[in-house]
Amino acid sequence: MNYPILEKRRLAENIWSMTVSAPRVARAAHPGQFVIVRAGETGERIPLTIADYDADHGCVTIVIQTIGVSTRKICSLEAGQALTDFAGPLGRPSEFVAHPEELTGRRYLFIGGGVGTAPVYPQVKWLHERGVRADVIIGAKTRDMLIYTDEMRAVADHLYLATDDGSAGFHGLVTQLLEQLVEQGERYDEVVAIGPMIMMKFVAATTAKYGLKTTVSLNALMVDGTGMCGACRVTVGGRTRFTCVDGPEFDAHEVDFDEAMRRQGMYRSEEQRRAAIEAERAGGHVCKIGLNK
Amino acid sequence: MSMANKIPRVPVREQDPQRRATNFEEVCYGYDTEEAQTEASRCLHCKHPRCVEACPVNIRIPDFIAALHEGDPARAAAIIGEDSSLPSVCGRVCPQETQCEGACILGIKGEPVAIGKLERYVGDWQLEHAAEPVRTAPRNGHRVAVVGSGPAGLACASDLAKMGYEVKIFEALHKVGGVLVYGIPEFRLPKERIVAREIEAVRALGVEFETDVIVGRTVTVDSLLDDEGFEAVFIGSGAGLPRFMGIAGENLNGVVSANEFLTRTNLMHAYDPAYDTPIQVGRRVVVVGGGNVAMDAVRTAKRLGAEATIVYRRSEKELPARAEEVHHARMEGIEFRMLTNPVEVLGDEKGWVRGIRCVEMELGEPDASGRRAPVPKAGSEFELACDVVVMALGTSPNPLLAATTAGLATDRRGCISADAAGATTRAGVFAGGDAVTGAATVILAMGAGRAAAKAIDGYIRSLAQ
Repeated sequence: MNYPILEKRRLAENIWSMTVSAPRVARAAHPGQFVIVRAGETGERIPLTIADYDADHGCVTIVIQTIGVSTRKICSLEAGQALTDFAGPLGRPSEFVAHPEELTGRRYLFIGGGVGTAPVYPQVKWLHERGVRADVIIGAKTRDMLIYTDEMRAVADHLYLATDDGSAGFHGLVTQLLEQLVEQGERYDEVVAIGPMIMMKFVAATTAKYGLKTTVSLNALMVDGTGMCGACRVTVGGRTRFTCVDGPEFDAHEVDFDEAMRRQGMYRSEEQRRAAIEAERAGGHVCKIGLNK
Repeated sequence: MSMANKIPRVPVREQDPQRRATNFEEVCYGYDTEEAQTEASRCLHCKHPRCVEACPVNIRIPDFIAALHEGDPARAAAIIGEDSSLPSVCGRVCPQETQCEGACILGIKGEPVAIGKLERYVGDWQLEHAAEPVRTAPRNGHRVAVVGSGPAGLACASDLAKMGYEVKIFEALHKVGGVLVYGIPEFRLPKERIVAREIEAVRALGVEFETDVIVGRTVTVDSLLDDEGFEAVFIGSGAGLPRFMGIAGENLNGVVSANEFLTRTNLMHAYDPAYDTPIQVGRRVVVVGGGNVAMDAVRTAKRLGAEATIVYRRSEKELPARAEEVHHARMEGIEFRMLTNPVEVLGDEKGWVRGIRCVEMELGEPDASGRRAPVPKAGSEFELACDVVVMALGTSPNPLLAATTAGLATDRRGCISADAAGATTRAGVFAGGDAVTGAATVILAMGAGRAAAKAIDGYIRSLAQ
């Protein structure tokens, strides 16, 4: 099968949005789900979250950050070219999709970090269309790395921005902004955080203090994405679960994030490790995520 | 009685063990025509052939062997074709020693007829010569959807197509073939030379394939029936989710399921630098388990350059793998640690596997499976150094189809409930293969697919009346 790329946009440095013709996926997609994408016959199967979908036009939008060979390969394709495979939607839809009747009066806080902001969008949009209030925090290192701000503004009740360097919105981490909102007296029934594993870990630690129900969406390694390989194993509440079929969304307070972060690095190649160590030596930067180990 | 049983079983030529342990080319070269005819001459043509009874799909074995002996491989192929649609595959992967060859009279005093190798010869001959296109009935205008393109789905689809049905196979992965493509390694079942051609043969019957469709997610059984105009659905979705032991350290980096290890190698070609998918091979690989999948994984690890060891909790006698695979593995330098069971995976300070702690086992009383149950020997714990652990412990059913199809019942284990003809608890929905039985063999899956094709034909005819 071939999946033509209808539109490609640069959202930030190394972050691209692609709208792909995939009528079956577009018809079946729900917030919270993901797809497996492959570019070229020698390509790797890469799980990517769904950023938007339009059943009427038969298209699905994905947002990709170039972090390795395979994501670079996908991002090197232009509108008019096609992805080799686009399988999905995979994983379980967000929990709220199954219980729309219980949503009346509920108030959500979504936290999107970096490229993880994209999959937050269809969730907020879905709730917005059903009159459910959702505030959104979008976090990034710096102003230029913030994505989906306009789209999110249109569907969020309140939109907050947070940058590490203070170049836009709140100066600080999303967790600090989260604390500030709660301390200010904002009341949320649930927090949903999607972003780098380390961000989700600290969001979980923060909301645990307030006893605030929190959901995270895990971006584990996968091969098939249908339950067959078990590469996406994660420990949740002391039990091993498969991210692809049991998730990707889990109760944040039950997830073993340290294990999940370690497992993400399992196939990091020697080449990448060496490159990271070189860069670290050159820049005097101390790697916080263990690439030097 | 003729001289037949005086002729020794014709040995089959194989790639040199030392050499093949470093490549992915097929281990067994199979018989040439002369060898096949000589081996065929050994068959006694028993009045009551026990081999036929022992074959899960009751191939008329003495008849196809007679045709072969008479130098008529086309007739041999036609005879096998009455009962099997994948002779090239089954000749390579069937556990003949517990089926046809295990029942062969010649095996009592000497060596049984090499039925598997003869079947393979006929299958390969047919692929080479693809004589005339298989006759199919005129299109009858009825449409059937098949879920999964493994042995069960392929067999069901070909039979239905031959009867005149319009059949479409939906495959979740990007490549069709199911376990023949992602599971069984190239060195045992060549993908281009054999599997791709078997699939081409199914396509030539008019069967359509659509990849990247996960039934239960992309579409549902109900949407296939209600919106896409299919009158019946056959589910041949395969075995499911890999099992793990539930021991400490199992989520350390370096512990993978055999499914993952084999899928990365076979489907994703991780062993070929031209492909992007990585694989963690390590220097010392321990594979836990004793079935065919364990043998495939351990021999793959060896070929990828690792020292490779099988750890199995029972004794050699109980190994469920085909005898030929165990024999091949030994010749290739695989180490076997029998009566050994892992109790913990040990990690280093960075969370990577550094070894496993094992306990020695001894065989006690027979268990539910009739095999003597292994029990741990007190105080026998020891450590085995390794950097990759592959768990080859079988699978548990994928709940997706049952969960998304109204009225589709499952059994106690979670497998889809279906009768011998493949009928499920839902009218118009049929199932067969590993999705129904749990992990089993290619031949059983193929047989179930063919039985279901008959039942589907009956069902659709009954609707028309």
